Amino acid sequence: MSTRTAPARGTTGRTARGTTGGAGRRMRATGQERTFGVLRWVLVVVLVLVTAFPFYYMLLLSFVPVEQLLLSPSRLWYALQTLTVDTYRTVLAPAEDGGQGFGVFLRNSALVAAATVVITVLVAIPGAYAVARLPFTGRDHVGTLFLAVYLFPTVVLAVPLFIAFARLGLQSSLVGLMLVYVVQTVPVSIHMLRGYFETIPASIEEAAAIDGAGRFATLRRVVLPLAMPSLMSTGLYVFMIAWNEFLFALLFLSAQPDRWTVSLGLAQLSNGIEVPKTVLMAGSVILTVPIVLLYGLAERALTEGLTSGADKG
Amino acid sequence: MSAPTTVRPTAGAPAAGRTASSRANRDGLAMVLPTVVIVVAVVVVPVLWNVVLAFQDLTLLEVRDAGLFERLSLENFAEVLTGAGFWQALGNTVVYSAASTAGSILVGLLAALALRRPFPGRGVVRSLMLLPYVAPVVAVAFTWETMLNPQYGIVNAWGTGFLGWDQPVDFLGQEPYAMATVIAFEVWRYFPFAFMFITARLVAVPAELEEAATVDGASLLQRFRHVVGPQLLGVVALLSVLRLIMTFNKFDDVYLLTGGGAGTEVAAVRVYDTLTGRFDVGGAAAQALVLSAVLAVGLLVYVRFFVKKGGEQS
Repeated sequence: MSTRTAPARGTTGRTARGTTGGAGRRMRATGQERTFGVLRWVLVVVLVLVTAFPFYYMLLLSFVPVEQLLLSPSRLWYALQTLTVDTYRTVLAPAEDGGQGFGVFLRNSALVAAATVVITVLVAIPGAYAVARLPFTGRDHVGTLFLAVYLFPTVVLAVPLFIAFARLGLQSSLVGLMLVYVVQTVPVSIHMLRGYFETIPASIEEAAAIDGAGRFATLRRVVLPLAMPSLMSTGLYVFMIAWNEFLFALLFLSAQPDRWTVSLGLAQLSNGIEVPKTVLMAGSVILTVPIVLLYGLAERALTEGLTSGADKG
Repeated sequence: MSAPTTVRPTAGAPAAGRTASSRANRDGLAMVLPTVVIVVAVVVVPVLWNVVLAFQDLTLLEVRDAGLFERLSLENFAEVLTGAGFWQALGNTVVYSAASTAGSILVGLLAALALRRPFPGRGVVRSLMLLPYVAPVVAVAFTWETMLNPQYGIVNAWGTGFLGWDQPVDFLGQEPYAMATVIAFEVWRYFPFAFMFITARLVAVPAELEEAATVDGASLLQRFRHVVGPQLLGVVALLSVLRLIMTFNKFDDVYLLTGGGAGTEVAAVRVYDTLTGRFDVGGAAAQALVLSAVLAVGLLVYVRFFVKKGGEQS
């Protein structure tokens, strides 16, 4: 931070208002800064409203009896005593009790997402380390291979995988689904971890090597403990993708209601004729809350991990 | 089906004469092997198989029994390329992906600039701003659908109640509103992604440059045009490529909101319908193949003409 300019009222000196220069020019500049200063606040308020409102609406409607909604759809608030949790009871109760069985879906989603995280991270750690540190034949082509993962519409993979999984006995199984998720997340995990590995000074590893530690021992005992924050954010991101995924769950699991994930269960719920929108919103809240909680715990790590490398231009 | 664990001690003492670089080469290959195996098995092989399927005129039931190179023909491509539906879907996809990409980057840029200077509560606003990106697509799609519902959605309730609309607007069931709505939804969901990347880049813009420009009397707009803006070209180019690829192949968002109706049938939804609605494996594969080719050519042109220029300046 420079001391050349006098920063106006406690702002960082970076874009200080009153500065030297021709008097007319300064007038124009301050006028402009003032306009943009106001616009900036307007923009912040609009952005906050636009971003947060759908979530508020989702939460609100999930507690409203559907008759209330139909009676007065324009309300932003309903009297506390009219609110209900029956919507949640309907969504969570097992199918035998006339509910929608989301308890089972939650378990399925959690299983698939957690397994995907573990396997993806186990595969990505050595891959990212190799790309970051070791000059091996074909290193420059790894990126091309990854491009293949994202270049083709995922629905393209569906038919061959569907047939292959059927032959392996993996059709309609959570294992097959998890395998697809691992592939979808390994490239981005390698990208995130590699960025972090590159920031670890090579001299630390060299010291370990001099002490007689092999490559894999160094990775496990020296590099991984240092990379823990990055591992956490990568794991979180992978969990998020696996938890939120919809297309492959739809393609592979539709015929097996007891294996549905929450996303798929919710989509199927919306096809039901007699399901009120308020129940659908309760299901949406149940699907969203775990992700928002996780994200709240590790927001900073996640954004830093994802954008690693972007600050280099 | 778990990948072989690679964290194992290196085998014995290295053979005499083996150089450090060949050892690094061997270790590197071993460490990247699980990744390569899994990507090849689950992506590359299916994609190649898909190419073969595109040249076979088979339905979903026949595929299981047919031989790998049985009944090759060009019929699928003839059908895809001469039918009107595919070109329409391709056009929709181009409009959808270009508009969503441009929109999300623009809004993300504005958000990043607005939140650049610290103010009380900025951290909270920032976290809030990323919510649409991290939230599950199924949940937010249904929330939008409910908000926009013509009978009891809040948008139409307010529109007719306070804004003087003559009648409720069927945002998701009527052209051209439906396309505009799915684009707006995509911008809403992905501006946080651009916001995140541009914010990270803004932090790295050297403060001295801007201070010097300020001292020289450059106005805010001039500073953006000549100092900050050029620094962002690289990250904007990167974002454009990433978002274009992702949106071009996008399925969930449109499928959940409109099911591909009211002029919003994008290519991925069409491929899905061909596959699950008509069980036409060959047709789906051929469409997907043409799509990938269009995307690859588009990317090549883009990288050739734009990224290089942007890269030179940053």
